[in-house]
Amino acid sequence: MNMFRNQRSLRKLLKHPLAVAGFVVLVVFYFIMFFAEFIAPYGFDNSKRDNSFIPPSRIHFVHDGHFSVRPLIYPYSYTFNSFAERTYVEDKTKPYYLSFFGKGDKVNLWGFVPISHHLFGVANNPDNCRIYIIGADGVGRDLFSRIVYGSRISLTIGFFGVAITFLLGFLYGGISGYYGGKLDSALMRFAECFMLIPSFFLMLALRSAFPMKLSSSQVYLLIVVIISFIEWAGLARIIRGMSLSIAKQDFVKAAKALGASDFRIIVRHILPQTLSYAIVAVTLTIPHYILGESALSLIGLGIQDPQASWGNLLSAAMNVSDIQYHPWVLIPGIFIFLSVMAFNFIGDGLRDALDPNR
Amino acid sequence: MRDDLIRRTLIFVPQLLLVTFITFLFINMAPGDILAKYRFDPRISPASVKEIEHKFHFDEPVLVQYGYWLVRLCHLDLGYSFSREASVSSVIVERMGNTLLMSSFALIFTWLIALPLGIFAAVKQYSWGDRILSFISYFGMSLPGFFLALLLMFGIYSLSNMSFGAAIPIGGMVSPNHDQMTFFGQIWDHILHLILPVIVLTVGALASLQRIARGNMLEELRKQYVTTARAKGLPENQVIYKHALRNAINPLITLFGFSFSELLSGAALLEIIINWPGLGSLMLEAVRSQDTFLVMGSMLMGGIMLIIGNLIADILLVIVDPRVRS
Repeated sequence: MNMFRNQRSLRKLLKHPLAVAGFVVLVVFYFIMFFAEFIAPYGFDNSKRDNSFIPPSRIHFVHDGHFSVRPLIYPYSYTFNSFAERTYVEDKTKPYYLSFFGKGDKVNLWGFVPISHHLFGVANNPDNCRIYIIGADGVGRDLFSRIVYGSRISLTIGFFGVAITFLLGFLYGGISGYYGGKLDSALMRFAECFMLIPSFFLMLALRSAFPMKLSSSQVYLLIVVIISFIEWAGLARIIRGMSLSIAKQDFVKAAKALGASDFRIIVRHILPQTLSYAIVAVTLTIPHYILGESALSLIGLGIQDPQASWGNLLSAAMNVSDIQYHPWVLIPGIFIFLSVMAFNFIGDGLRDALDPNR
Repeated sequence: MRDDLIRRTLIFVPQLLLVTFITFLFINMAPGDILAKYRFDPRISPASVKEIEHKFHFDEPVLVQYGYWLVRLCHLDLGYSFSREASVSSVIVERMGNTLLMSSFALIFTWLIALPLGIFAAVKQYSWGDRILSFISYFGMSLPGFFLALLLMFGIYSLSNMSFGAAIPIGGMVSPNHDQMTFFGQIWDHILHLILPVIVLTVGALASLQRIARGNMLEELRKQYVTTARAKGLPENQVIYKHALRNAINPLITLFGFSFSELLSGAALLEIIINWPGLGSLMLEAVRSQDTFLVMGSMLMGGIMLIIGNLIADILLVIVDPRVRS
């Protein structure tokens, strides 16, 4: 199946500046996700409780009046103010130089390749001084590392979800539209049931069927299933509309005359016709999964600590009176926003490029 | 036309029943139940727990339980909420009012802002104004409501700390001293608390509605009757507002019914984040405590509100479009 039947569509897509921008963002994000263990300086649950909500490390190039090519950081030391809150001050007595591709935590890349080199880290430090490029969370874990590991959940959940949604939505919509008549209206009334309830309510109700405390991989699976359960109906309805009109066309009659089975006609003749729409819909549906996961994790029904996902990292920001002391806990939200926007841009670009009328 | 409206509304009834049935199955699938807290309470004898179980038919098969729920529903009785220790309907009525307050303001603002902006962008297609609006819409459509809410809360909090005066409250629906205020003070208090949620919900819906309004308007402006109207020398204002707009607005009204669902979804999550005592936060509470009847009641209300939204859209369509009337 040649998605871009001619070079024109591809060229059109490449001329869509927002789609290209979205594509670049996603390439960067997925690269980071793929090499998470290498890019994150620390493991996702590597905590140092003494560094609770430590501010982002400042990168310096000058120590004691001497310029150094290697960037360096100073550790933070803290005192308590009159409200018994920690105030962090840089302790400029001893510099810690940054190392690139240097040795650090021993982790397993993709779970089975042991590596100890990381993209960056703090060189020779017996005192376990840490670099926090965007600050730390409540128990002194590096927020950047957690965002990097969290992308493993937030950026993959959409693909698994979309796979289920599409299988269901396509077959259901295809069958409904092809047969038409009573079966069609019965199937559609059934599908509409899932669009009748505000999706967040349905999500909560479905989540309630399972124990609140589940392991992260179970929750991951559960979220995929729950959101697919909600999403498929909308897709099925649109595919049904398309296949209803395709089923009346001559080539379908021809296939029927040649004795092709109904299933073959639906799968081989009708559904491929809806493919260009499907590709657009896939891209535009992935954000729903990212947002759904974030929403559930944000309110504590999704991925649980110590596992990281962008949603549950953002839940630290729910305590508003505290965020002003450590506003960097809002940063995971920027990642959610950027990835959602990237998928939306690409979806828009694809729609314009694949639409023959434009 | 009236028969048509009634028929379309009646279709919803079996659908709503099916949804509540599925929900009921799911809640009963979950391990544990609301009575666990009574079972582990040494002050309550196992016999009385049994009695409660029997009274609410918890000891019967799920299908029978659902049957009992339906029978009570026919008497407009939604059951008893164990977690809130009150009847479900009284809890829900109060919460639904709060949700409607928030979402109806958001709805009004969204339409008041999005429609003129959409028309403007279509009439001045490819102008700088249109481009800037498109750009903002793109961002607005992708900005998750919960993130915007957190950002705004943080922003307002920081501002009020910088001695601009704690002007806008960032959580809940009323101030702690609400009861001591005068009548007008209470209304003002409500308005202040509405600012944040209404902004968040409006921004969320605004972007896409503006885009769709623009698209519809452009499509109408390309049609031949517009060219005819212009050719016969009709002033441009009349071409746009009397001819094109009235046709462009039809699909938007149909959309209104659907957008209600998204609005309620967004409102539910927002309520949880800003502690707004609405249907969404009630639902979360109910789900957490496995309060079956409360979950069922909230779901039902969510569905009914959607149906009402669709009904309003249908009626509006009749008012706006004379073609539908015949």
